[in-house]
Amino acid sequence: MSTHRIFARPARYAAIAPYLWMVLFFLVPFGFVLKISLSQTAIAQPPYVPVFDFSEGWSAINAAFAQLSFDNFRLLISDSLYISSYLRSVVVAVTSTLILLLIGYPIAYGMARLPQRWQPIAMMLVIVPFWTSFLIRIYAWINILQHDGLLNKILLALHLVSSPVVWLSTDTAMYLGIVYSYLPFMILPLYATLSKMDPSLLEAASDLGSSPRQAFWLLTFPLSLPGVGAGALLCFIPIIGEFVIPDLLAGSGSMMIGQTLWLEFFTNKDWPVAAAAAVALLVLLVPPLLLYDRLQRRTLEGGR
Amino acid sequence: MMARRIGRMSPFNITALALGMAFLYLPIVILVIYSFNASRLVTVWGGWSLRWYHESFNDRAMLDAAWMSLRVAAVSATIATLLGTLAAVGLVRGERFRGRTLFSGMLYAPLVMPEVISGLSLLLLFVALNAERGFWTVTIAHTTLTMCFVTVVVQSRLASLDRSLEEAAMDLGCDPVQAFVRVTLPLILPAIAASWMLAFTLSLDDVVIASFTTGPGSATLPIRIYSEVRLGVKPEINAICTIVIALIAVLIVIASLASNLSSSEAKSAAPL
Repeated sequence: MSTHRIFARPARYAAIAPYLWMVLFFLVPFGFVLKISLSQTAIAQPPYVPVFDFSEGWSAINAAFAQLSFDNFRLLISDSLYISSYLRSVVVAVTSTLILLLIGYPIAYGMARLPQRWQPIAMMLVIVPFWTSFLIRIYAWINILQHDGLLNKILLALHLVSSPVVWLSTDTAMYLGIVYSYLPFMILPLYATLSKMDPSLLEAASDLGSSPRQAFWLLTFPLSLPGVGAGALLCFIPIIGEFVIPDLLAGSGSMMIGQTLWLEFFTNKDWPVAAAAAVALLVLLVPPLLLYDRLQRRTLEGGR
Repeated sequence: MMARRIGRMSPFNITALALGMAFLYLPIVILVIYSFNASRLVTVWGGWSLRWYHESFNDRAMLDAAWMSLRVAAVSATIATLLGTLAAVGLVRGERFRGRTLFSGMLYAPLVMPEVISGLSLLLLFVALNAERGFWTVTIAHTTLTMCFVTVVVQSRLASLDRSLEEAAMDLGCDPVQAFVRVTLPLILPAIAASWMLAFTLSLDDVVIASFTTGPGSATLPIRIYSEVRLGVKPEINAICTIVIALIAVLIVIASLASNLSSSEAKSAAPL
Protein backbone atom coordinates (compact mmCIF):
# COMPACT_ATOMS: atom_id res chain seq x y z
CA MET A 1 0.00 0.00 0.00
CA SER A 2 2.71 2.44 0.96
CA THR A 3 4.74 1.65 -2.15
CA HIS A 4 1.67 2.59 -4.20
CA ARG A 5 1.79 6.01 -2.71
CA ILE A 6 5.54 6.40 -3.28
CA PHE A 7 4.97 5.49 -6.91
CA ALA A 8 1.97 7.74 -7.36
CA ARG A 9 3.82 11.02 -6.93
CA PRO A 10 6.38 10.69 -9.77
CA ALA A 11 3.68 9.13 -11.92
CA ARG A 12 1.62 12.27 -11.42
CA TYR A 13 4.58 14.38 -12.52
CA ALA A 14 4.64 12.30 -15.70
CA ALA A 15 1.19 13.63 -16.51
CA ILE A 16 2.30 17.28 -16.47
CA ALA A 17 3.65 17.49 -20.04
CA PRO A 18 0.70 15.74 -21.74
CA TYR A 19 -1.69 17.71 -19.51
CA LEU A 20 -0.25 21.04 -20.64
CA TRP A 21 -0.21 19.85 -24.27
CA MET A 22 -3.88 18.92 -24.18
CA VAL A 23 -4.88 22.16 -22.46
CA LEU A 24 -2.97 24.20 -25.05
CA PHE A 25 -3.95 22.25 -28.17
CA PHE A 26 -7.34 20.84 -27.24
CA LEU A 27 -9.03 23.02 -24.61
CA VAL A 28 -7.75 26.49 -25.51
CA PRO A 29 -8.65 26.14 -29.23
CA PHE A 30 -12.30 25.67 -28.21
CA GLY A 31 -12.08 29.07 -26.56
CA PHE A 32 -11.03 30.50 -29.89
CA VAL A 33 -13.90 28.77 -31.67
CA LEU A 34 -16.32 30.29 -29.18
CA LYS A 35 -14.71 33.70 -29.48
CA ILE A 36 -14.77 33.77 -33.27
CA SER A 37 -18.31 32.40 -33.45
CA LEU A 38 -19.31 35.60 -31.65
CA SER A 39 -17.48 37.98 -33.94
CA GLN A 40 -18.47 39.70 -37.17
CA THR A 41 -17.63 38.46 -40.63
CA ALA A 42 -15.13 40.59 -42.52
CA ILE A 43 -13.65 40.46 -45.98
CA ALA A 44 -10.04 40.43 -44.87
CA GLN A 45 -7.32 38.06 -43.75
CA PRO A 46 -8.13 36.53 -41.29
CA PRO A 47 -11.75 36.97 -42.36
CA TYR A 48 -13.28 38.13 -39.08
CA VAL A 49 -13.25 41.21 -36.87
CA PRO A 50 -11.64 40.32 -33.56
CA VAL A 51 -14.07 40.64 -30.67
CA PHE A 52 -11.46 41.44 -28.09
CA ASP A 53 -7.77 41.59 -27.70
CA PHE A 54 -6.42 40.20 -24.44
CA SER A 55 -3.43 42.53 -24.66
CA GLU A 56 -5.60 45.57 -24.10
CA GLY A 57 -6.58 44.59 -20.59
CA TRP A 58 -9.84 44.29 -18.74
CA SER A 59 -11.43 47.56 -19.82
CA ALA A 60 -11.19 46.57 -23.46
CA ILE A 61 -12.64 43.14 -22.66
CA ASN A 62 -15.55 44.70 -20.81
CA ALA A 63 -16.18 47.08 -23.67
CA ALA A 64 -16.06 44.18 -26.09
CA PHE A 65 -18.65 42.19 -24.19
CA ALA A 66 -21.10 44.98 -24.85
CA GLN A 67 -20.80 44.43 -28.59
CA LEU A 68 -20.66 40.66 -28.70
CA SER A 69 -22.44 39.51 -31.78
CA PHE A 70 -24.89 36.66 -31.71
CA ASP A 71 -25.68 37.24 -35.39
CA ASN A 72 -24.00 34.02 -36.46
CA PHE A 73 -26.10 31.95 -34.12
CA ARG A 74 -29.22 33.86 -35.15
CA LEU A 75 -28.34 32.99 -38.74
CA LEU A 76 -27.93 29.33 -37.77
CA ILE A 77 -31.43 29.06 -36.35
CA SER A 78 -33.15 31.23 -38.93
CA ASP A 79 -31.65 29.87 -42.15
CA SER A 80 -33.28 26.63 -43.25
CA LEU A 81 -29.99 25.43 -44.79
CA TYR A 82 -28.48 25.02 -41.33
CA ILE A 83 -31.56 23.55 -39.71
CA SER A 84 -31.93 20.99 -42.47
CA SER A 85 -28.26 20.04 -42.31
CA TYR A 86 -28.64 19.52 -38.55
CA LEU A 87 -31.66 17.31 -38.97
CA ARG A 88 -29.98 15.42 -41.76
CA SER A 89 -26.89 14.77 -39.60
CA VAL A 90 -29.04 13.35 -36.82
CA VAL A 91 -31.14 11.24 -39.20
CA VAL A 92 -28.08 9.88 -40.99
CA ALA A 93 -26.28 9.11 -37.72
CA VAL A 94 -29.29 7.35 -36.16
CA THR A 95 -30.06 5.34 -39.32
CA SER A 96 -26.42 4.33 -39.83
CA THR A 97 -26.03 3.32 -36.19
CA LEU A 98 -29.11 1.09 -36.41
CA ILE A 99 -27.88 -0.54 -39.65
CA LEU A 100 -24.45 -1.01 -38.06
CA LEU A 101 -26.03 -2.72 -35.04
CA LEU A 102 -28.08 -5.03 -37.27
CA ILE A 103 -25.02 -6.01 -39.32
CA GLY A 104 -22.38 -5.86 -36.60
CA TYR A 105 -24.18 -7.91 -33.95
CA PRO A 106 -24.40 -11.18 -35.92
CA ILE A 107 -20.74 -10.84 -36.92
CA ALA A 108 -19.59 -10.16 -33.34
CA TYR A 109 -21.79 -13.00 -32.11
CA GLY A 110 -20.30 -15.37 -34.67
CA MET A 111 -16.79 -14.27 -33.59
CA ALA A 112 -17.55 -14.91 -29.94
CA ARG A 113 -18.72 -18.44 -30.76
CA LEU A 114 -15.65 -19.30 -32.81
CA PRO A 115 -13.28 -21.87 -31.31
CA GLN A 116 -11.04 -20.12 -28.78
CA ARG A 117 -7.86 -20.27 -30.82
CA TRP A 118 -9.48 -18.73 -33.90
CA GLN A 119 -10.88 -15.75 -32.04
CA PRO A 120 -7.68 -13.64 -32.00
CA ILE A 121 -7.34 -14.17 -35.76
CA ALA A 122 -10.92 -13.05 -36.35
CA MET A 123 -10.34 -10.02 -34.13
CA MET A 124 -7.19 -9.15 -36.05
CA LEU A 125 -9.17 -9.40 -39.32
CA VAL A 126 -11.69 -6.90 -38.00
CA ILE A 127 -9.02 -4.50 -36.72
CA VAL A 128 -6.90 -4.45 -39.91
CA PRO A 129 -9.37 -2.39 -41.98
CA PHE A 130 -9.39 0.16 -39.14
CA TRP A 131 -5.65 0.59 -39.73
CA THR A 132 -5.94 0.85 -43.51
CA SER A 133 -6.61 4.31 -44.77
CA PHE A 134 -10.17 5.48 -44.40
CA LEU A 135 -9.93 7.57 -47.57
CA ILE A 136 -8.62 4.63 -49.56
CA ARG A 137 -11.49 2.44 -48.41
CA ILE A 138 -14.03 5.04 -49.55
CA TYR A 139 -12.16 5.33 -52.83
CA ALA A 140 -12.36 1.55 -53.23
CA TRP A 141 -16.15 1.83 -53.09
CA ILE A 142 -16.18 4.62 -55.69
CA ASN A 143 -14.32 2.18 -57.96
CA ILE A 144 -17.04 -0.40 -57.45
CA LEU A 145 -20.08 1.89 -57.52
CA GLN A 146 -19.27 4.09 -60.51
CA HIS A 147 -21.41 4.03 -63.64
CA ASP A 148 -19.41 1.33 -65.45
CA GLY A 149 -18.09 -0.14 -62.21
CA LEU A 150 -18.01 -3.71 -61.02
CA LEU A 151 -21.39 -3.66 -59.27
CA ASN A 152 -23.30 -2.49 -62.35
CA LYS A 153 -21.39 -4.99 -64.51
CA ILE A 154 -22.40 -7.86 -62.24
CA LEU A 155 -26.01 -6.70 -62.04
CA LEU A 156 -26.17 -6.37 -65.85
CA ALA A 157 -24.54 -9.75 -66.39
CA LEU A 158 -27.05 -11.39 -64.08
CA HIS A 159 -29.87 -9.57 -65.89
CA LEU A 160 -31.06 -8.11 -62.59
CA VAL A 161 -31.18 -4.65 -64.18
CA SER A 162 -31.53 -3.69 -67.82
CA SER A 163 -29.48 -0.49 -67.70
CA PRO A 164 -26.71 0.68 -65.32
CA VAL A 165 -28.02 1.93 -61.96
CA VAL A 166 -26.80 5.28 -60.65
CA TRP A 167 -25.12 4.44 -57.33
CA LEU A 168 -22.71 7.31 -56.79
CA SER A 169 -24.05 10.58 -55.41
CA THR A 170 -26.96 8.82 -53.72
CA ASP A 171 -27.87 8.24 -50.09
CA THR A 172 -27.52 4.49 -50.65
CA ALA A 173 -23.85 4.95 -51.53
CA MET A 174 -23.34 7.20 -48.50
CA TYR A 175 -24.92 4.70 -46.09
CA LEU A 176 -22.87 1.93 -47.65
CA GLY A 177 -19.70 3.98 -47.14
CA ILE A 178 -20.55 4.87 -43.54
CA VAL A 179 -21.48 1.30 -42.61
CA TYR A 180 -18.35 -0.01 -44.28
CA SER A 181 -16.07 2.49 -42.52
CA TYR A 182 -17.55 2.21 -39.03
CA LEU A 183 -18.24 -1.54 -38.90
CA PRO A 184 -15.05 -2.33 -36.90
CA PHE A 185 -16.05 0.31 -34.30
CA MET A 186 -19.35 -1.52 -33.81
CA ILE A 187 -18.02 -5.08 -33.88
CA LEU A 188 -15.15 -4.69 -31.41
CA PRO A 189 -17.06 -3.45 -28.31
CA LEU A 190 -19.84 -5.98 -29.04
CA TYR A 191 -17.34 -8.80 -29.36
CA ALA A 192 -15.60 -7.67 -26.16
CA THR A 193 -18.77 -8.10 -24.08
CA LEU A 194 -20.02 -11.21 -25.92
CA SER A 195 -16.74 -13.08 -25.59
CA LYS A 196 -16.56 -12.42 -21.84
CA MET A 197 -19.93 -14.03 -21.27
CA ASP A 198 -19.82 -17.16 -19.15
CA PRO A 199 -20.90 -20.14 -21.34
CA SER A 200 -22.18 -21.94 -18.25
CA LEU A 201 -25.00 -19.38 -18.09
CA LEU A 202 -26.32 -20.63 -21.43
CA GLU A 203 -25.92 -24.23 -20.32
CA ALA A 204 -27.90 -23.44 -17.19
CA ALA A 205 -30.60 -21.81 -19.32
CA SER A 206 -30.88 -24.85 -21.58
CA ASP A 207 -30.90 -27.18 -18.53
CA LEU A 208 -33.81 -25.18 -17.23
CA GLY A 209 -35.65 -25.78 -20.50
CA SER A 210 -35.24 -22.63 -22.55
CA SER A 211 -34.74 -22.90 -26.29
CA PRO A 212 -31.58 -21.34 -27.82
CA ARG A 213 -33.72 -18.50 -29.14
CA GLN A 214 -35.21 -17.80 -25.70
CA ALA A 215 -31.77 -18.04 -24.13
CA PHE A 216 -30.46 -15.49 -26.59
CA TRP A 217 -33.20 -12.93 -26.00
CA LEU A 218 -33.51 -13.48 -22.24
CA LEU A 219 -29.82 -13.86 -21.46
CA THR A 220 -27.23 -13.10 -24.12
CA PHE A 221 -28.76 -9.94 -25.53
CA PRO A 222 -29.53 -8.21 -22.20
CA LEU A 223 -26.04 -9.06 -20.93
CA SER A 224 -24.46 -7.60 -24.07
CA LEU A 225 -26.21 -4.24 -23.67
CA PRO A 226 -23.09 -2.42 -22.38
CA GLY A 227 -21.33 -3.47 -25.58
CA VAL A 228 -24.33 -2.34 -27.63
CA GLY A 229 -24.20 1.05 -25.90
CA ALA A 230 -20.45 1.48 -26.37
CA GLY A 231 -20.57 0.42 -30.02
CA ALA A 232 -23.56 2.62 -30.79
CA LEU A 233 -21.95 5.71 -29.22
CA LEU A 234 -18.58 5.00 -30.81
CA CYS A 235 -20.33 5.07 -34.20
CA PHE A 236 -23.03 7.68 -33.59
CA ILE A 237 -20.76 10.49 -32.33
CA PRO A 238 -18.24 10.62 -35.19
CA ILE A 239 -20.89 9.94 -37.86
CA ILE A 240 -22.81 13.08 -36.81
CA GLY A 241 -19.84 15.25 -37.80
CA GLU A 242 -18.76 13.12 -40.76
CA PHE A 243 -17.46 15.05 -43.75
CA VAL A 244 -15.46 12.91 -46.16
CA ILE A 245 -18.00 10.11 -46.73
CA PRO A 246 -21.08 12.27 -47.53
CA ASP A 247 -18.88 14.61 -49.56
CA LEU A 248 -17.55 11.84 -51.80
CA LEU A 249 -20.50 9.46 -51.93
CA ALA A 250 -23.75 11.38 -51.32
CA GLY A 251 -25.44 13.73 -53.73
CA SER A 252 -25.07 17.48 -53.45
CA GLY A 253 -28.77 17.92 -52.70
CA SER A 254 -28.69 18.05 -48.91
CA MET A 255 -25.68 18.39 -46.66
CA MET A 256 -24.68 17.16 -43.23
CA ILE A 257 -23.50 19.69 -40.65
CA GLY A 258 -19.84 18.78 -41.21
CA GLN A 259 -20.22 19.59 -44.90
CA THR A 260 -21.95 22.89 -44.12
CA LEU A 261 -19.10 23.84 -41.80
CA TRP A 262 -16.53 22.92 -44.48
CA LEU A 263 -18.44 24.89 -47.14
CA GLU A 264 -18.68 28.01 -44.96
CA PHE A 265 -15.03 27.79 -44.08
CA PHE A 266 -13.29 26.85 -47.32
CA THR A 267 -15.69 28.06 -50.02
CA ASN A 268 -17.52 31.02 -48.48
CA LYS A 269 -14.58 32.00 -46.24
CA ASP A 270 -17.08 32.86 -43.53
CA TRP A 271 -15.07 31.85 -40.47
CA PRO A 272 -17.48 33.18 -37.83
CA VAL A 273 -20.41 31.19 -39.22
CA ALA A 274 -18.21 28.09 -39.54
CA ALA A 275 -17.17 28.55 -35.90
CA ALA A 276 -20.79 28.98 -34.84
CA ALA A 277 -21.67 25.77 -36.69
CA ALA A 278 -18.85 24.03 -34.80
CA VAL A 279 -20.19 25.29 -31.45
CA ALA A 280 -23.68 24.12 -32.36
CA LEU A 281 -22.35 20.69 -33.44
CA LEU A 282 -20.45 20.44 -30.17
CA VAL A 283 -23.58 21.22 -28.16
CA LEU A 284 -25.35 18.44 -30.03
CA LEU A 285 -22.53 16.06 -29.09
CA VAL A 286 -22.24 16.86 -25.38
CA PRO A 287 -24.88 14.38 -24.12
CA PRO A 288 -23.58 11.36 -26.10
CA LEU A 289 -19.98 12.36 -25.25
CA LEU A 290 -20.73 12.43 -21.52
CA LEU A 291 -22.47 9.08 -21.80
CA TYR A 292 -19.51 7.61 -23.68
CA ASP A 293 -17.10 9.02 -21.10
CA ARG A 294 -19.06 7.34 -18.30
CA LEU A 295 -19.05 4.00 -20.12
CA GLN A 296 -15.30 4.30 -20.83
CA ARG A 297 -14.54 5.04 -17.22
CA ARG A 298 -16.62 2.13 -16.03
CA THR A 299 -14.94 -0.35 -18.36
CA LEU A 300 -11.39 0.96 -17.90
CA GLU A 301 -11.47 1.46 -14.16
CA GLY A 302 -14.14 -1.02 -13.14
CA GLY A 303 -12.33 -3.80 -14.97
CA ARG A 304 -9.22 -3.39 -12.91
CA MET B 1 -13.98 -29.43 -25.54
CA MET B 2 -12.91 -28.28 -29.00
CA ALA B 3 -15.60 -30.26 -30.76
CA ARG B 4 -18.26 -28.87 -28.49
CA ARG B 5 -17.18 -25.30 -29.22
CA ILE B 6 -17.23 -25.82 -32.98
CA GLY B 7 -20.61 -27.49 -32.56
CA ARG B 8 -21.85 -24.26 -31.03
CA MET B 9 -21.39 -22.49 -34.37
CA SER B 10 -24.72 -22.49 -36.14
CA PRO B 11 -24.93 -22.07 -39.94
CA PHE B 12 -26.23 -18.58 -39.19
CA ASN B 13 -23.07 -17.73 -37.22
CA ILE B 14 -20.81 -19.00 -39.99
CA THR B 15 -22.73 -17.15 -42.73
CA ALA B 16 -22.66 -13.89 -40.75
CA LEU B 17 -18.91 -14.16 -40.22
CA ALA B 18 -18.14 -15.08 -43.82
CA LEU B 19 -20.33 -12.31 -45.29
CA GLY B 20 -18.94 -9.79 -42.80
CA MET B 21 -15.34 -10.57 -43.68
CA ALA B 22 -16.11 -10.53 -47.41
CA PHE B 23 -17.77 -7.11 -47.00
CA LEU B 24 -14.71 -5.78 -45.15
CA TYR B 25 -12.09 -7.10 -47.55
CA LEU B 26 -13.52 -7.42 -51.07
CA PRO B 27 -13.46 -3.69 -51.94
CA ILE B 28 -9.79 -3.42 -50.96
CA VAL B 29 -8.88 -6.58 -52.89
CA ILE B 30 -10.66 -5.26 -55.98
CA LEU B 31 -8.81 -1.94 -55.69
CA VAL B 32 -5.46 -3.70 -55.47
CA ILE B 33 -6.21 -5.93 -58.46
CA TYR B 34 -7.29 -2.99 -60.62
CA SER B 35 -4.11 -1.08 -59.77
CA PHE B 36 -2.28 -3.63 -61.95
CA ASN B 37 -4.68 -3.09 -64.84
CA ALA B 38 -2.98 -2.08 -68.12
CA SER B 39 -6.04 -0.26 -69.46
CA ARG B 40 -6.59 3.45 -68.89
CA LEU B 41 -10.30 2.75 -68.52
CA VAL B 42 -10.51 1.80 -64.89
CA THR B 43 -13.24 -0.74 -65.47
CA VAL B 44 -11.94 -2.52 -68.56
CA TRP B 45 -9.42 -5.25 -67.85
CA GLY B 46 -6.46 -4.86 -70.20
CA GLY B 47 -4.06 -7.36 -68.71
CA TRP B 48 -1.51 -7.07 -65.89
CA SER B 49 0.81 -4.10 -65.93
CA LEU B 50 2.93 -1.92 -63.65
CA ARG B 51 2.25 1.11 -65.85
CA TRP B 52 0.37 3.12 -63.19
CA TYR B 53 3.05 2.53 -60.60
CA HIS B 54 5.56 3.88 -63.08
CA GLU B 55 3.40 6.93 -63.77
CA SER B 56 2.72 7.71 -60.15
CA PHE B 57 6.46 7.60 -59.41
CA ASN B 58 6.90 10.31 -62.02
CA ASP B 59 4.23 12.55 -60.51
CA ARG B 60 6.31 15.26 -58.82
CA ALA B 61 3.43 16.84 -56.84
CA MET B 62 2.29 13.45 -55.57
CA LEU B 63 5.83 12.51 -54.48
CA ASP B 64 6.25 15.83 -52.63
CA ALA B 65 2.95 15.24 -50.85
CA ALA B 66 3.97 11.68 -49.95
CA TRP B 67 7.28 12.89 -48.53
CA MET B 68 5.52 15.58 -46.49
CA SER B 69 3.05 12.98 -45.15
CA LEU B 70 5.79 10.53 -44.17
CA ARG B 71 7.69 13.25 -42.31
CA VAL B 72 4.58 14.49 -40.51
CA ALA B 73 3.59 10.92 -39.61
CA ALA B 74 7.04 10.01 -38.28
CA VAL B 75 7.53 13.17 -36.19
CA SER B 76 3.96 13.36 -34.85
CA ALA B 77 3.89 9.63 -34.02
CA THR B 78 7.12 9.98 -32.06
CA ILE B 79 5.99 12.99 -30.01
CA ALA B 80 2.53 11.43 -29.55
CA THR B 81 4.02 8.16 -28.28
CA LEU B 82 6.16 10.02 -25.77
CA LEU B 83 3.32 12.21 -24.48
CA GLY B 84 0.71 9.47 -24.64
CA THR B 85 2.86 7.05 -22.64
CA LEU B 86 3.47 9.72 -20.00
CA ALA B 87 -0.25 10.41 -19.85
CA ALA B 88 -1.03 6.70 -19.46
CA VAL B 89 1.50 6.39 -16.62
CA GLY B 90 -0.04 9.41 -14.91
CA LEU B 91 -3.57 8.06 -15.26
CA VAL B 92 -2.88 4.46 -14.23
CA ARG B 93 -0.11 4.83 -11.65
CA GLY B 94 -0.77 8.39 -10.47
CA GLU B 95 -3.93 7.33 -8.58
CA ARG B 96 -6.11 10.34 -7.92
CA PHE B 97 -4.89 13.88 -8.47
CA ARG B 98 -6.47 17.25 -8.99
CA GLY B 99 -7.85 17.71 -12.48
CA ARG B 100 -7.70 13.98 -13.26
CA THR B 101 -11.28 13.95 -14.55
CA LEU B 102 -10.60 16.87 -16.87
CA PHE B 103 -7.38 15.19 -18.00
CA SER B 104 -8.99 11.87 -18.88
CA GLY B 105 -11.91 13.70 -20.49
CA MET B 106 -9.52 15.68 -22.70
CA LEU B 107 -7.81 12.43 -23.69
CA TYR B 108 -10.98 10.48 -24.51
CA ALA B 109 -12.89 13.25 -26.29
CA PRO B 110 -10.64 13.51 -29.40
CA LEU B 111 -11.13 9.76 -30.02
CA VAL B 112 -14.70 10.41 -31.09
CA MET B 113 -14.66 14.17 -31.75
CA PRO B 114 -15.64 14.96 -35.36
CA GLU B 115 -12.50 15.92 -37.23
CA VAL B 116 -14.06 19.09 -38.63
CA ILE B 117 -14.24 20.49 -35.07
CA SER B 118 -10.70 19.50 -34.09
CA GLY B 119 -9.36 20.86 -37.36
CA LEU B 120 -11.22 24.16 -37.23
CA SER B 121 -10.40 24.83 -33.57
CA LEU B 122 -6.68 24.15 -34.03
CA LEU B 123 -6.57 26.34 -37.12
CA LEU B 124 -8.15 29.24 -35.19
CA LEU B 125 -5.51 28.78 -32.48
CA PHE B 126 -2.68 28.84 -35.05
CA VAL B 127 -4.12 31.95 -36.69
CA ALA B 128 -4.43 33.67 -33.31
CA LEU B 129 -0.82 32.74 -32.50
CA ASN B 130 0.20 33.99 -35.93
CA ALA B 131 1.96 30.69 -36.60
CA GLU B 132 3.13 29.99 -40.12
CA ARG B 133 1.04 27.10 -41.39
CA GLY B 134 2.73 24.09 -42.89
CA PHE B 135 4.73 21.13 -41.63
CA TRP B 136 4.74 22.04 -37.93
CA THR B 137 1.11 23.02 -37.60
CA VAL B 138 -0.04 19.73 -39.20
CA THR B 139 2.43 17.82 -37.02
CA ILE B 140 1.12 19.45 -33.84
CA ALA B 141 -2.48 18.78 -34.88
CA HIS B 142 -1.75 15.12 -35.59
CA THR B 143 0.18 14.75 -32.35
CA THR B 144 -2.81 16.04 -30.41
CA LEU B 145 -5.15 13.53 -32.03
CA THR B 146 -2.91 10.47 -32.04
CA MET B 147 -1.52 10.82 -28.51
CA CYS B 148 -5.03 10.02 -27.27
CA PHE B 149 -4.96 6.68 -29.11
CA VAL B 150 -1.48 6.01 -27.69
CA THR B 151 -2.76 6.76 -24.19
CA VAL B 152 -5.63 4.27 -24.51
CA VAL B 153 -3.39 1.48 -25.85
CA VAL B 154 -0.61 1.96 -23.28
CA GLN B 155 -3.12 2.55 -20.48
CA SER B 156 -4.83 -0.80 -21.00
CA ARG B 157 -1.46 -2.59 -21.10
CA LEU B 158 -0.29 -0.80 -17.97
CA ALA B 159 -3.54 -1.53 -16.13
CA SER B 160 -3.16 -5.26 -16.81
CA LEU B 161 0.43 -5.27 -15.53
CA ASP B 162 1.12 -6.85 -12.16
CA ARG B 163 1.95 -4.07 -9.73
CA SER B 164 3.90 -6.36 -7.43
CA LEU B 165 6.74 -6.34 -9.98
CA GLU B 166 7.31 -2.63 -9.39
CA GLU B 167 6.89 -3.07 -5.67
CA ALA B 168 9.47 -5.87 -5.65
CA ALA B 169 11.91 -3.64 -7.52
CA MET B 170 11.42 -0.90 -4.96
CA ASP B 171 11.79 -3.33 -2.05
CA LEU B 172 15.12 -4.29 -3.62
CA GLY B 173 16.23 -0.66 -3.48
CA CYS B 174 15.09 0.99 -6.71
CA ASP B 175 13.55 4.43 -6.45
CA PRO B 176 10.22 4.79 -8.31
CA VAL B 177 11.81 6.22 -11.45
CA GLN B 178 14.40 3.41 -11.58
CA ALA B 179 11.67 0.84 -10.99
CA PHE B 180 9.71 2.29 -13.88
CA VAL B 181 12.63 2.46 -16.29
CA ARG B 182 14.07 -0.96 -15.42
CA VAL B 183 10.92 -3.00 -14.79
CA THR B 184 7.78 -1.36 -16.15
CA LEU B 185 9.13 0.17 -19.34
CA PRO B 186 10.61 -3.04 -20.80
CA LEU B 187 7.31 -4.81 -20.10
CA ILE B 188 5.15 -2.22 -21.85
CA LEU B 189 7.64 -1.53 -24.64
CA PRO B 190 5.83 -3.73 -27.22
CA ALA B 191 2.58 -1.88 -26.51
CA ILE B 192 4.43 1.41 -26.93
CA ALA B 193 5.87 0.22 -30.26
CA ALA B 194 2.43 -0.87 -31.45
CA SER B 195 0.92 2.47 -30.49
CA TRP B 196 3.67 4.33 -32.37
CA MET B 197 2.65 2.45 -35.47
CA LEU B 198 -1.03 3.15 -34.84
CA ALA B 199 -0.23 6.86 -34.49
CA PHE B 200 1.83 6.72 -37.69
CA THR B 201 -0.97 5.17 -39.75
CA LEU B 202 -3.61 7.49 -38.28
CA SER B 203 -1.52 10.49 -39.27
CA LEU B 204 -0.93 9.04 -42.74
CA ASP B 205 -4.68 8.62 -43.14
CA ASP B 206 -6.02 12.01 -42.05
CA VAL B 207 -7.41 14.40 -44.63
CA VAL B 208 -9.78 16.66 -42.69
CA ILE B 209 -7.53 17.95 -39.90
CA ALA B 210 -4.60 18.32 -42.30
CA SER B 211 -6.75 20.35 -44.72
CA PHE B 212 -7.57 22.82 -41.96
CA THR B 213 -4.10 23.14 -40.45
CA THR B 214 -1.81 23.08 -43.47
CA GLY B 215 -0.71 26.11 -45.43
CA PRO B 216 -0.44 26.82 -49.15
CA GLY B 217 2.05 24.65 -51.00
CA SER B 218 2.35 21.97 -48.34
CA ALA B 219 -0.34 19.42 -49.12
CA THR B 220 -0.15 15.99 -47.53
CA LEU B 221 -0.69 12.79 -49.51
CA PRO B 222 -4.32 12.31 -48.35
CA ILE B 223 -5.12 15.91 -49.34
CA ARG B 224 -3.73 15.25 -52.83
CA ILE B 225 -5.54 11.92 -53.12
CA TYR B 226 -8.76 13.52 -51.90
CA SER B 227 -8.66 16.30 -54.48
CA GLU B 228 -7.94 13.76 -57.24
CA VAL B 229 -10.70 11.42 -56.06
CA ARG B 230 -13.24 14.23 -56.16
CA LEU B 231 -12.55 14.50 -59.87
CA GLY B 232 -13.18 10.81 -60.42
CA VAL B 233 -11.43 7.45 -60.48
CA LYS B 234 -7.95 7.39 -62.01
CA PRO B 235 -5.71 4.36 -62.40
CA GLU B 236 -2.73 6.23 -60.88
CA ILE B 237 -4.69 6.68 -57.67
CA ASN B 238 -5.31 2.92 -57.53
CA ALA B 239 -1.55 2.39 -57.69
CA ILE B 240 -0.80 4.99 -55.00
CA CYS B 241 -3.49 3.57 -52.72
CA THR B 242 -2.05 0.08 -53.17
CA ILE B 243 1.40 1.33 -52.16
CA VAL B 244 -0.06 2.93 -49.01
CA ILE B 245 -1.98 -0.29 -48.20
CA ALA B 246 1.23 -2.31 -48.61
CA LEU B 247 3.12 0.06 -46.32
CA ILE B 248 0.42 -0.16 -43.66
CA ALA B 249 0.25 -3.96 -44.02
CA VAL B 250 3.97 -4.18 -43.22
CA LEU B 251 3.46 -1.97 -40.16
CA ILE B 252 0.53 -4.13 -38.99
CA VAL B 253 2.62 -7.30 -39.24
CA ILE B 254 5.39 -5.68 -37.19
CA ALA B 255 2.88 -4.38 -34.65
CA SER B 256 1.19 -7.75 -34.22
CA LEU B 257 4.56 -9.46 -33.81
CA ALA B 258 5.39 -6.85 -31.16
CA SER B 259 2.15 -7.42 -29.29
CA ASN B 260 2.58 -11.22 -29.43
CA LEU B 261 6.01 -10.68 -27.94
CA SER B 262 4.37 -8.49 -25.33
CA SER B 263 1.86 -11.13 -24.23
CA SER B 264 4.41 -13.95 -24.15
CA GLU B 265 6.81 -11.79 -22.17
CA ALA B 266 4.08 -10.92 -19.75
CA LYS B 267 3.43 -14.62 -19.23
CA SER B 268 7.09 -15.42 -18.68
CA ALA B 269 7.45 -12.51 -16.29
CA ALA B 270 4.41 -13.44 -14.25
CA PRO B 271 5.97 -16.29 -12.23
CA LEU B 272 8.79 -13.98 -11.10
